[in-house]
Amino acid sequence: MNEPVKTRRVSIWRGEGETGQFETYDVPAYDNQTVLDVVSHIQHYIDPSLSYRFACRVGMCGSCAMMVNGEPRWTCRTHVNKVAGQDVLEIAPLRNLPVIKDLATNMDPFFDKWVKAEAVHHSSASRDEEMMVVLPDDAERKKADAGIECINCAVCYAACDTVAGNADYLGPAALQRAWTLYNDARDAGKQTILEAVSGAGGCHNCHAQGGCSHYCPNELNPMQAIAGLKQATTRAMLKGKL
Amino acid sequence: MLTLRLYMLQRITALLMAPLVLGHIGVMIYAVQGGLSAAEILGRTQGSVFWFSFYGLFVLAVSVHAAIGLRTILHEVTGLSGRLLMFFTWGTALGLSVLGMRAILAVTFLTRGVS
Ligand code: SF4
Ligand code: SF4
Ligand code: FES
Repeated sequence: MNEPVKTRRVSIWRGEGETGQFETYDVPAYDNQTVLDVVSHIQHYIDPSLSYRFACRVGMCGSCAMMVNGEPRWTCRTHVNKVAGQDVLEIAPLRNLPVIKDLATNMDPFFDKWVKAEAVHHSSASRDEEMMVVLPDDAERKKADAGIECINCAVCYAACDTVAGNADYLGPAALQRAWTLYNDARDAGKQTILEAVSGAGGCHNCHAQGGCSHYCPNELNPMQAIAGLKQATTRAMLKGKL
Repeated sequence: MLTLRLYMLQRITALLMAPLVLGHIGVMIYAVQGGLSAAEILGRTQGSVFWFSFYGLFVLAVSVHAAIGLRTILHEVTGLSGRLLMFFTWGTALGLSVLGMRAILAVTFLTRGVS
């Protein structure tokens, strides 16, 4: 790394559970520094008691998401220079999830909703049967493909105002996975999925303003997946199947 | 707080309202441009099953549509849920229907003279 040209003042949320406050730290500023580098510097050199989460540092694992200047970001792939206008850098735990300590949130509600949305594989064959052939240019496969690169980072979940207002809302990531499975020829739970996404927290609560798609670091489009679910459930209802 | 059923009800009432709104605007323009007096308008609406059905359907569609929309806003802004939210939804739907139906009845089947 090059010599630090200056230091940057950074506000970091510190506290346990619902109580806490921002505390400021002076961190050396480097070129090409990521937000995660800043957090790690504080933990390594200033206050080892700072809690946060990361693993891969290359945008694969989805564990490092935080609120950066009020917006949800994957911090390992977010360059400080791109987000810290006027040198202000404020880092807080992910929105819409309970805080455990400092920058680490409890992801349970997020993942519990994947299960509630039936965003789990419903097997259609046993290990003794032939593997089903899924062609990449099949229309259904293309719809599934559009959403399978999700890294479960919960950035979309933090961006979603409907999650903020409706605690039962399953949220963009879980609904998107339900949609990819709905379009997976190997999944035997299509009806189960449609039923799971049609309740009080289901896909019909989405306001379709696209916060999720705007912030998804992998440039996925959960809003479109949800529109697909709305259409599929509507069709099923008109056919008397829901 | 929108289930598939509420979502569908809101879409269907929206579909119903679209032509009714256009019809209503058309009637307004016709009445104003044509310079119809209140008595002339009442002369056409009184006893008319057509106008009663036209605006009756409109009022019902509005009542259902608005009640579901307000219910969503109330839930997301205040967190109100359960029975209270249900009472609010039904209360809004019934309140709007009563107000609307009263007005329609007044110009179709109940009126006696107008000044
Ligand atoms: S489009 Fe739907 S899921 Fe996405 S942020 Fe908006 S309300 Fe949430
Ligand atoms: S859809 Fe995008 S933002 Fe949401 S969890 Fe998956 S990768 Fe993250
Ligand atoms: S640390 Fe794995 S995605 Fe950021």
